[in-house]
Amino acid sequence: MIGALAGYPLIKHCMNQGYDVVEFISGNTELKPADEPILVEKFKDLPGKRSTEEWLEFLRANVGILNGMNPLQMREFMLSSDARAFKRGEVIFERNAPGSSLFGIAQGSVAVEVDPDDPSITVPIGQGSIFGEVGLISGRRRGATIRAAEDTIVVEISRLGALKLQSQVPTAKDAIDRISIERQLLQLFGSGLTSQDVSELVAAAEVISVPAGESVIEEGAEDKDIYIIRRGSMIVEKNLGGHPAFLSYLPAGSYFGEMAVIDGSRRTATVRAAIKSEVVKFPGAAFNALLERKPEIRQRALDDMAARREVNDFIESRKASFGGAVDMYSQTAQFLLDNGLGEATDVLLIDEKLCVGCDNCEKACADSHDGLSRLDREAGRTYAHLHVPTSCRHCEHPHCMADCPPNAIRRGPDGEVFIDETCIGCGNCQRNCPYGVIRMDAKPPAKPSFLSWLLFGNGPGPGEASYSWRKKAAEGTEVPKVAIKCDMCSGIEGGPACVRACPTGAAIRVSPERFLSVARLEEVE
Amino acid sequence: MASLFTDEDETGFAAAERRRSAEHESFLSHRRFFWAKASGGLALFVLLTYLLIDVEPRHNGGSWYGYTLGTLGLGLIVWLAWLGIRKRRPTPGSWSLKGWTSAHVWLGLSLVVIGTLHTGFQLGWNVHTLAWALMMLVIITGIYGITVYATLPARLSENRREMTREQMVESLTMIDRQLEAAAQPLSREDTDCVIAALEQDVFSTGLLGRLRGPDRHDATRDALDRISTDRAYDRDEDDLAQQKVRGLLGRRASQIDQIRRQMRTKALLEIWLFAHVPLTIALLAALTAHVISVFFYW
Repeated sequence: MIGALAGYPLIKHCMNQGYDVVEFISGNTELKPADEPILVEKFKDLPGKRSTEEWLEFLRANVGILNGMNPLQMREFMLSSDARAFKRGEVIFERNAPGSSLFGIAQGSVAVEVDPDDPSITVPIGQGSIFGEVGLISGRRRGATIRAAEDTIVVEISRLGALKLQSQVPTAKDAIDRISIERQLLQLFGSGLTSQDVSELVAAAEVISVPAGESVIEEGAEDKDIYIIRRGSMIVEKNLGGHPAFLSYLPAGSYFGEMAVIDGSRRTATVRAAIKSEVVKFPGAAFNALLERKPEIRQRALDDMAARREVNDFIESRKASFGGAVDMYSQTAQFLLDNGLGEATDVLLIDEKLCVGCDNCEKACADSHDGLSRLDREAGRTYAHLHVPTSCRHCEHPHCMADCPPNAIRRGPDGEVFIDETCIGCGNCQRNCPYGVIRMDAKPPAKPSFLSWLLFGNGPGPGEASYSWRKKAAEGTEVPKVAIKCDMCSGIEGGPACVRACPTGAAIRVSPERFLSVARLEEVE
Repeated sequence: MASLFTDEDETGFAAAERRRSAEHESFLSHRRFFWAKASGGLALFVLLTYLLIDVEPRHNGGSWYGYTLGTLGLGLIVWLAWLGIRKRRPTPGSWSLKGWTSAHVWLGLSLVVIGTLHTGFQLGWNVHTLAWALMMLVIITGIYGITVYATLPARLSENRREMTREQMVESLTMIDRQLEAAAQPLSREDTDCVIAALEQDVFSTGLLGRLRGPDRHDATRDALDRISTDRAYDRDEDDLAQQKVRGLLGRRASQIDQIRRQMRTKALLEIWLFAHVPLTIALLAALTAHVISVFFYW
């Protein structure tokens, strides 16, 4: 009851607090809270000798988004976060590295390398501010390399911790939103912009969430706003001869709607959400005012616009001569988006014009992972000989992660979503996955070696052993069922075994932004 | 965090990026026909040297040139046979089975030239010619394999209509169950017909049966012919039952056809391996005999 009064949400915490109080009343004034050793461990590598309380207060006071927390919340918060110290020049994370954690600067400052070709161009982020928010919100890879500009202490907040923080502390949510909008603007147009330049735009920005399939702009409409995709993804379509023709796929972090803003024309294409998404809407007038002030940004926007026009014109010209090919391309794109490519980061596709049905992909998968296959080649949808088998898409915002009691599902260093050994086999992830790619099964006993199968016929041979063999071989041992799914063969040299083991080149793994491009139209033809 | 993303991991991303952007090519055109070009070049080179080099008294497997070709051919055959091991062992490493298959196909074809020129066209009824003949048979079965791999997969995919093997069989079981219930009101003779269709084991027909494929006259079609639309019962309610059975029999026939078509296509895709692989093993045995006898009678 004492714990409940102090505001803890879970029985576990309340029990601990109750214990502390009883101990204190009985005269044990030296008692430290139950989570003390965990926190001591987290702070032990930081420079400067401070007690746990002092560190907590130091982080709370110095990191802007943590200001609104009380000491109790701060303790709880630090359990799922980390404090780290970086020397001057040390890399905190690199461009294109996957990662969804958020960083707050408690001391020092960092430099963002905004130009991938020239690391000397940097933008500073000072004490008290945050970085890494784009990865957190969009689920995409890091947009820039960040180095410590001086000796720096940061607090790294895990995705889950950051989500909790945003729901518990409204001021933190507002601050993260504002900063992320500003950063996304700055990042889109590269160097040459400062926060003062975009402050007017940021103030007028509005975050809108868009359900899957709903359009943000309609072809032919006269609205004049510009949008940035904050999370999710969009598809651009144009009505050609009564049918929507697929023009392009826009991942989170892209902007759209600039054409009408810049040249005052009507909307030339429809943009709609491929999956549940969030966009930031900026009024066109404020954007135009910015372009007036900054000719170099204007030039960039015009260049981008020209490139997009080119794609549109290309597809329109093809429509005249190869109408069937454009329809096929649009329908294939729509089919892939219906099958989860819109939120995928890396998905296995099978070209059924090449697949001979040997199931070597499944066998290789099983033999690379404890004898259980994580993919079902034959199941899944097919369109125009393009087959999406039942296999993990490694979503940007994985549904499976939503409710994992031991927090065993994480994103690995190559972007793969994997389940670690702390899985308790509850099956929540299996139920939450809309694509049915997680199976619950017990790890089978080891098979006899390949040579002994080849020469003497021992054991079930390559691939997943039959259920009866597994059951017979595992007799007497009790192995619990756990959740298993594709981990993109993380840690295995050479990468995904399914692709390596395909004899005909039918199995490919693709990322949506590369696969859903105009290049595919030429392939269709 | 910093330690997590060292240079080593950078190559990890780079590799992943390359993999994702890798051009999607079939095993025949792998690396823009690299192996086709390599093997074509090799065969051409061997042919030219065969014509240009003057071996006394004549071209023969036992000349220095013949030994060179023989060693090359033997090495190729052993390496080509290794594909069978390679494909069953998904060890770590940056190999691609597609690359192996591509090399296997194209280099295997070049053996026609290398192996034949190695004989110097001295063929006879002996173990040496046996090895050559087996090699040619392996290559011919292989050419059949390439042909079906290039042409049949699309048909397999079209016939499947997004159904898995299990789903096809399940669908048939479901139709059978409905048929059994629907046939109850029919006359004795008609019910017997339906029962005969249900009792017939439509799939245990061996290799030839698999290859014959769909559109066969079986008990289901017999029943369909008997309870055809040509005749109708006098009373309407009987005809309703008939219509239902007729519809179900039609569905059953087309479901059986789909499974049979699937089985036939799969059989055509696999059958050559039942010749290709045993012939390869026979070839390896014959080669061993050929090499030993050559050195024994040196």
